[in-house]
Amino acid sequence: MSFVLLAEQTLNGLQFGVMLFLMAAGLTLIFGVMGLINLAHGSLYMIGAFAAAATAAATGSFVLALGASLVAAAIAGVIVEVTVIRRLYDRDHLDQVLATFALILIFSEGTRWIFGSFPLFLDTPDYLSGTVSLPFGVQYSLYRLTLIIAGLLVAVGLFWMIAKTRIGIRIRAGENDREMIAALGVDISRLYTLIFALGAALAGLAGALIGAIQSVQVGMGEPVLILAFVVIVVGGIGSIKGALVGAILIGLTDTLGRFLLPKLFALVLEPAQAASVGSSLASMSIYILMAAVLVFRPKGLFGDS
Amino acid sequence: MNKETTLNIVLMTILVAVPVLAWMSDEPFLVTLATRAVIFAIAGVGLNFALGFGGLVSFGHAAFFGLGGYAMGILAFHAQTYTPMMEWPFVIEGTKAMPIIWLVAIIVSALVALAIGMLSLRTSGAYFIMITLAFAQMFYYFAISWPAYGGEDGLSIYVRNEFPGLNTMDPIQYFSICYVLLLLVLFIVHRAAHSSFGLMLRAAKQNEERVQAVGQVPNRLYLIAFTISGAITGLAGALFADLNRFVSPTMFSWHTSGEIMVFVILGGLGRVFGPVAGAALYILLEHSLGGLSAYWHIYLGAILLGVVIFARGGLYGLIAGREVAHD
Amino acid sequence: MTDPILEVREITKSFGGLKASNTISLDLRSGEIHALIGPNGAGKSTLIKQITGSLKPDSGSVHFNGQDVSHLSTAARAQLGMGRTFQISSLAMDYTVLQNAVLGALGHRGNIFRFFNNVMKDTGLLATAENALEQVGLQDFRAIRTADLSHGQRRQLEVAIALTLEPKAFLMDEPMAGLGADGSRHMIGFLNSLRQKAPILLVEHDMDAVFALADRISVLVYGEIIATGDAAEIRSNPQVREAYLGEEDAA
Repeated sequence: MSFVLLAEQTLNGLQFGVMLFLMAAGLTLIFGVMGLINLAHGSLYMIGAFAAAATAAATGSFVLALGASLVAAAIAGVIVEVTVIRRLYDRDHLDQVLATFALILIFSEGTRWIFGSFPLFLDTPDYLSGTVSLPFGVQYSLYRLTLIIAGLLVAVGLFWMIAKTRIGIRIRAGENDREMIAALGVDISRLYTLIFALGAALAGLAGALIGAIQSVQVGMGEPVLILAFVVIVVGGIGSIKGALVGAILIGLTDTLGRFLLPKLFALVLEPAQAASVGSSLASMSIYILMAAVLVFRPKGLFGDS
Repeated sequence: MNKETTLNIVLMTILVAVPVLAWMSDEPFLVTLATRAVIFAIAGVGLNFALGFGGLVSFGHAAFFGLGGYAMGILAFHAQTYTPMMEWPFVIEGTKAMPIIWLVAIIVSALVALAIGMLSLRTSGAYFIMITLAFAQMFYYFAISWPAYGGEDGLSIYVRNEFPGLNTMDPIQYFSICYVLLLLVLFIVHRAAHSSFGLMLRAAKQNEERVQAVGQVPNRLYLIAFTISGAITGLAGALFADLNRFVSPTMFSWHTSGEIMVFVILGGLGRVFGPVAGAALYILLEHSLGGLSAYWHIYLGAILLGVVIFARGGLYGLIAGREVAHD
Repeated sequence: MTDPILEVREITKSFGGLKASNTISLDLRSGEIHALIGPNGAGKSTLIKQITGSLKPDSGSVHFNGQDVSHLSTAARAQLGMGRTFQISSLAMDYTVLQNAVLGALGHRGNIFRFFNNVMKDTGLLATAENALEQVGLQDFRAIRTADLSHGQRRQLEVAIALTLEPKAFLMDEPMAGLGADGSRHMIGFLNSLRQKAPILLVEHDMDAVFALADRISVLVYGEIIATGDAAEIRSNPQVREAYLGEEDAA
């Protein structure tokens, strides 16, 4: 096993983690402020990807495609927030889960109805294709490197927004005391719609960015959604910092587990068996990590205990 | 006789009358459809035990449904290929005998439910939902990546497993087996709901503080409820795999968890017979709407949304009203 | 003098900078009613929570029936014989009155992991439950859904459940609240006779009830017990008059 390969896989893990963060950040914000568990977050991811693919096909512009993903997911977010989600804030988690599960069914089938069952493709633009040379002789995909940087920039922007801006102050106040903030004259329902739209836009962006690496298809959102849940459980619900650390931890564990575990078993088992045992175990590695966190810190790494 | 009891009897009568009539008029497809409804009902009754009586929002019951399925698949696979499952330290052979398969499905699901329950019950609320969902997903990916039993393609069984004295390949006979098992499960759950354990468990769902104040620990109740719940859903998984003579990772998917939950909600949360009504309604919708449009899940989603927002008691709530106190 | 059944030793609990309990010591002896009074926000509920185990003190200990229970759970303390009623009724609201009472009897008897009995046909549990309901005057409401009871009736049911636990001591958080004049009089008479069965630590706002019932009164102000004594001593205590009764008059 060479250093170069390991470095590349580590970067892949980081890239995966950063994209998970875009999903998890919205989820954890929405949960932290509104107390809502939103299964349909994966659908917003899917909507972003489809909007980007359709726009890119029509205009040929990747930047426009990304813009379309943000706008489409945010609009979809506002529509569901106003029509459905708003009625769920005061309901118990069971109702929230069921209603947002119903939304997934509607969104998935609706998208299938419009775009058909065949996957769409979103190409990375020419100026982002190819590889770049990094120190120590590592060659790495320019697009993936861009994803890492873009994701980290979004993270920095989020932290800045929550720490410094007026809306961030309101978000933090909303987390602590809903009635207090309403009493201060802030329009709480508009604040909620705004936060929901922000979370939706982040999910849509993640969908578009990932859509250029994988195919764009119905149902692409749910596996990512469930991983984002694992991220939140590991990081602690409601904590943006937890979401970032959890996402990168999960991204690295998953990617490096798939890379290293088969090699590790190859030391003691015959190759075919090592590959199968290693890959099976790797598929479980993040859940084992989650279980370990639950044993030692049931509220997550950054949750308030 | 109150409305709920009447509804129970009507429901169970329809559920047996439809396939019998279909069998007499030589419509085996309808018999199979009814068998599906009965098996889904068992899965739902299982989830209802944790969700309806204990308030445990498990979005991961596909784990137990799938484990039951794979218990059937693996045992039957070894029996049909005449290979032992294990040779060392002692030999374990596969089997085609349904009763043994059911027992294995129940025990395996119960043990896994116990383990998942012990971990997930360290938390509550939204965490519990996400964690149960995640653990089910773990089994899903494991089943996909483990090549010995078909991996992503799943595992086919050539002939349905055997039950002493019956021809299980005859749809109406297999239906009868499943129907009797449903009755048995309903009987057990009904008794348990009104037992000492049931009284305490349903109290914990309403008010944990009260249960602690009378000297009991809610989490112990939850863990046992979750284990029993998983075992029942596991049995349903074995029956479902046997119905299709096929088992695949799809049984573990999050979508399956959602569907099982839909059975419970459409019928009526916390009502012993609720999931039976829900599963029957689901099959009915799937059959009628599915014929109407290939995108019938849109309608299902809309109906589910309507039930959650406007009719929280499900079918039982609409027809039989609020649950009648049992004294 | 016999050893106290319940003994709180120098409990301290802070929330941020606020000392909700400041080295509180207090005891409850058999046969007595010990009332705990104090203005709103004095820390009465915080203290009760630490005694019953739902809140852990920063320092200090709780002893019950000769045993240090500081590290036991709420459920374990209830098993040892702490019979608690809640300030805000804490009942299984979808159950009938009788089911709630049977729940108490069952919790006390233990052996709850039975899956095939019909618990509402268990004559032993029913007898205990009916008896408790009769004592608080709820026998005619046994088939009513708890959510449909008035607030006063819910208080009575709280007390009835505590009775089914056959506790060694009662911890009652405002059992008179919402009872009305007749109900209060009945409850005072009832609690008066109850002290023979087990002593009562009584948190109460109804001063008439407190002075009529209590053998001893402790006054809690800003997380500290400023005085303990019988009714006459408390009435004449200048500190109490200033800190507590004065405020009460002003309000």
